[in-house]
Amino acid sequence: MSEAYNFAYLDEGTKRMIRRALLKAVAVPGYQVPFASREMPMPYGWGTGGVQVTAAILGRSDVLKVIDQGADDTTNAVSIRRFFAKTAGVATTTRTTEASVIQTRHRIPETPLHEGQTLVYQVPIPEPLRFLEPRETETRQMHALAEYGLMHVKLYEDISRHGHIATTYAYPVEVAGRYVMDPSPTPKFDNPKMDDCPALQLFGAGRERRIYAVPPYTTVRSLDFEDHPFRVQTFTEPCALCAARGHYLDEVVTDDAGGRMYICSDTDACETRREDVR
Amino acid sequence: MLRPGFRDPVHDAQGVFRAVLDALARPGTIHAISTHLDPPEPLTPELAAIALALTDGDTPVWLDPALTASPEVAAYLRFHTGAPLTDDPARAAFAFVREAGRCPPLAAFAQGSPAYPDGSTTLVLALDSLDVGAGLRLTGPGSRGTADLALAPMPPGWPGALRENHAGFPLGVDGLLTAPGRVAGLPRSTAVEG
Repeated sequence: MSEAYNFAYLDEGTKRMIRRALLKAVAVPGYQVPFASREMPMPYGWGTGGVQVTAAILGRSDVLKVIDQGADDTTNAVSIRRFFAKTAGVATTTRTTEASVIQTRHRIPETPLHEGQTLVYQVPIPEPLRFLEPRETETRQMHALAEYGLMHVKLYEDISRHGHIATTYAYPVEVAGRYVMDPSPTPKFDNPKMDDCPALQLFGAGRERRIYAVPPYTTVRSLDFEDHPFRVQTFTEPCALCAARGHYLDEVVTDDAGGRMYICSDTDACETRREDVR
Repeated sequence: MLRPGFRDPVHDAQGVFRAVLDALARPGTIHAISTHLDPPEPLTPELAAIALALTDGDTPVWLDPALTASPEVAAYLRFHTGAPLTDDPARAAFAFVREAGRCPPLAAFAQGSPAYPDGSTTLVLALDSLDVGAGLRLTGPGSRGTADLALAPMPPGWPGALRENHAGFPLGVDGLLTAPGRVAGLPRSTAVEG
C-alpha cells in the first residue's frame, strides 16, 4: 500500500461529502443526488464516479472485485483493482462470492448477490430523460412531478417503428414505485437482477456529478406496456466455453470467414462453471 | 480541557459511516457503532461519532436544548468538525437530539424541495434503548417484508409523525436512531405502523 496517498486516495473532506450524498441517495431510492465530483487520476468515462463511490465506502476489511462488461481481466477492471490495491491496500478478488464490494461497468454478475455485498455501478449518463429532454432544469422538474409520460412515448415509438421495444441497454426502470432511473448501460438482461436484490446498489456518475442508489429488497420495475411486457434477451446457443444457458453471452469473431463463438460475458461465472464441471 | 476526537480519523470515520449506511439501507436492522470517544456530557459517544464522521464546514448543525445547554458540547463539535451551529432547525443539515422524549416535531426540520429532496435534515436521536421487537412496524425499501423496532423513549407524536413524514415522500426527514453501541436507520422511504 502506498503511503503517499490518504487511504483510498480521496481526502477525508471529499469522502464525507460523498458519504452524505450516499445517505440521501439511499433514503430517496432512484433520486439522483448532486455531488461535488472530483477530478480523478483517470479520464471521464473510465469510471470516475464509481471509483469515488468505492473510495468513500471502502474499509480495510473489504474485499474488492472490479468488472468491466462482466470481465475481471480487461484494462478498466485491472487498472481500478490495482488502483485500490495500491492506495487502500485492500484485498482484491475475481470471485463474486468472496467480494464485499463489487465495482462494475455495465454488468451485474450472474452469481446471485447476497446481503452484505455492495454493488457500485459506473454510470456515464445518469439522467434517463436526458436524450428526450436536454435541459437539466426541465428533467429535474419532471422527476419532481413524477412526469414520466415522455419516457413511455419513447418506448411506444420503439414499438410503432420496430414492432417491439427496441431499447436493449440502459433500459429505464421505476424504483420503489416513484423515480424512473437509468440502470447504467447494463444490458436489459440484467434488469430483473436489480429487483428485490439482497445487495445494496450504489451508482456514481463522475462527469455528470450524480449519485443514486437502490437499497436492498427494493422493487425495481422495468417500464413496459400491458400488451408489450418487458422481456430480456435470450440466446439460442449455450456458452462455447462452459456450456451455460441463461448467462449473458458476448459474440467473439474468430476469423475473417464468418466464424464466431458466443461466450459468457461474466468471466468469473464462466470459470467457476468450468472448474465445477472438471 | 477539550476531549479528543477519533483515535484513527480515517478508519473510525469509515466504520461509523458504513454502520450508518447499512442501517439506513436496511431499516429495522441494528448495527454496531464501536467508538472510543468520550465526549463531554450530555453528548453521547454515538451522537459524537456520527457528528465527527459526517459533519463539517458544509453542514449546518442544530443541537437540541439539552446539548445547547452545555458550552463544552458546542466547543467540542466546533473544534472537531468545524460545522457551523444553527438555532434554526429548518436550516440544519444534521440535527442532534439528546432528549428524544422532547424531540421537536419532524415538520420543524428541513424537508427538502420537490426538485431537491436531498436538501432535508438528517435527524440523529439518542435513545435509552433500541432493540428488534414490538414497537414500530416498518415496511419499505430495504426491509424484507416487515421489520419491528422497539425504542425507548418514544419521541412525542411518534409513530403518527413518522407516518406523516413518509406521506410527504420524496420530501421529509431521515432519522438515525442511536442507543449505547448501536444505530438503526429510519429513512423517509419507510412506512411505519404501530
